[in-house]
Amino acid sequence: MSNVRNKKRVSISLPFFFRDSTIVPFIIILISIILLYITFTFDIVPPILNRGIQPATFPKALLILIISLTLIIFFLSIKNPWKKEKKLPIEFYITLGCFLLFLFVSKFVDFFLGISLLSSIVSYSWGEKRLIFILFVSILFPMLVFIFFETILGLRFPSGIITDLYYS
Amino acid sequence: MENLSFILAPLFSSKLLIVLFLGTLFGLVLGVLPGLGPTTGGALILPFTMTLDPISAIVLLTAIYCAGTYGGAITAILINTPGTPAAAATCLDGYPLAQKGEAGRALGMATVSSVVGGLISVLVLIFFAPLLAQLAYEFGQPEYFALAIFGLTMLASIGEGSPIKNLIAGAFGILISTVGKDFMTSIDRFTFGINELTEGIGFIPVVVGLFAISEMLTQSTLLNQVFNRVALKAVKLPTKDDYKKTWKTILRSSGIGSFIGVLPAEGGTVASLIGYSEAKRWSKKPEDFGKGAIEGIAGAEAANNAATGGAMVPTLALGIPGSATTAVILTGLIIHGVRPGPDLFREQPEFLYGIFGSMLIANILFFIFGFFGAKLFARITLVPNKLLWPMIFAISVCGTYSLSQSLTDVWIMLLFGVIGFFMRRYGFSVVPVIIGLILGELVEGTLRQSLVIFEGKWFMFFQRPIALTFFILSLIALSFPLIKKKKR
Repeated sequence: MSNVRNKKRVSISLPFFFRDSTIVPFIIILISIILLYITFTFDIVPPILNRGIQPATFPKALLILIISLTLIIFFLSIKNPWKKEKKLPIEFYITLGCFLLFLFVSKFVDFFLGISLLSSIVSYSWGEKRLIFILFVSILFPMLVFIFFETILGLRFPSGIITDLYYS
Repeated sequence: MENLSFILAPLFSSKLLIVLFLGTLFGLVLGVLPGLGPTTGGALILPFTMTLDPISAIVLLTAIYCAGTYGGAITAILINTPGTPAAAATCLDGYPLAQKGEAGRALGMATVSSVVGGLISVLVLIFFAPLLAQLAYEFGQPEYFALAIFGLTMLASIGEGSPIKNLIAGAFGILISTVGKDFMTSIDRFTFGINELTEGIGFIPVVVGLFAISEMLTQSTLLNQVFNRVALKAVKLPTKDDYKKTWKTILRSSGIGSFIGVLPAEGGTVASLIGYSEAKRWSKKPEDFGKGAIEGIAGAEAANNAATGGAMVPTLALGIPGSATTAVILTGLIIHGVRPGPDLFREQPEFLYGIFGSMLIANILFFIFGFFGAKLFARITLVPNKLLWPMIFAISVCGTYSLSQSLTDVWIMLLFGVIGFFMRRYGFSVVPVIIGLILGELVEGTLRQSLVIFEGKWFMFFQRPIALTFFILSLIALSFPLIKKKKR
């Protein structure tokens, strides 16, 4: 019980805007307002083709519902602030960075290379230092998955430096 | 009699038996690995099911569902980490009992109660699904709309975590379903000029992202976690004394699990918690709970496995998923051209009863595998995360890409992985997003068609008795958390 109280105190001592219980609702509401604005740009259907409601009405109602409910959790959190979450470790940011690297490499260089790069960096940064295991997860395993998908599902992977070599 | 022959049909089909064997094995592996589970596993396997005929595909998915739900107990008992969320309550008494040197007894009880719960729930499915389907013949568009709303409110109120956050997550799921061309007027919504989005956002990229990729990010924050593994010699069947102590608990929890499973509310997770607390409430020695009470294991495990059959009832009879995993199974049905609902019972009874029969066999198979192979399955957890998750990433990416051979799907999967991570971090369950996404088209479609029928008069919803009943039940469901809070 005393731990819970301490946690609450930590959370309350933070400046108002930097509490999770303020930032999270703020982000949800901000995104919802942007999306709500976008719904006003949807085409309007002439009454003769309109079945029931306009195409924008349903998403508008959902966004208003999300904003209203988020406001409720925000006001409830003033009385009962959320517990403060632990700081995210460096490995989380490396993994997230690897996702971005994968997006870039798979689009502009090679899909297989993207998977290999991500697998090797993630495995290494998560603590795997043995080269043979890194090679296994980054080259051998993705290769097996590729071959499996290609032969069983007849899948053709997107063109790229290594994939083209394989297909040729 | 004819239906009985359909139920027994999988026993005489070598192809289905092989599929069941592989599905059960794969389900156990998924259940044992913390962070994976039948939902993620089912989503990852969906692309492979395209090479199978519809019955084999659904049998594979249901076998994964049944075995995966049980598999979570192995890790819960041996390393105090539930392999699946549904096994969380099993840790409470399973691990303390294992620490006392009785891991084999704990696993034996978990295996037996899981099988009994699973079998009872399949019987519930066999008897109640056709009845519910028959009732659904009375449903028109307004009734389906009210039913979908009822499903979502139930999910919010008795699902895990904050009801308001669950409602937000559910609304978010429905919002995702509105992306793409409006199905009635063909007007683009939230496509941002991206051609690939005009077809809408696929179910698989969202599920794989929300479950597998977000779990990968979560695992990246837990690298320093140390598991204390308890040694297991062999699984032991419960003794006569154990059966004496637990048979009532097993039957009660099987009933609770089957009932909770029918409601769209994260099935197994909620069922096992209620099953556990009811076992404690009815126990002659409630003070033993948390210290290795055998009834605690029986209560939790019978309930979570009983939820599997229960959750299949609304999935097959109404096309409304009872849990996240049944949402994956529902997607499997749809991509194989099978539309669940009352017509399915009339037109393809052999298909449906074949699934029921397969679920019965899957329960028996995981009993055999669990009993003789638990030691081996427990060793799977020795695969370190630093190797396991990069491999799961490769499968997730290729599986997601394979559905429509589009890199956009892979990007969507990664985006939802990040969204899912932050949702879970701040207490938003991702399950309502999945259910919302699957129900989204139904909710909007039935609402708009109802309004056409009613010529825009909203109040006419309340003149339909069945729809009105569902709306009242929705209100009760929404007020349930408030009543619970006040009682506390």
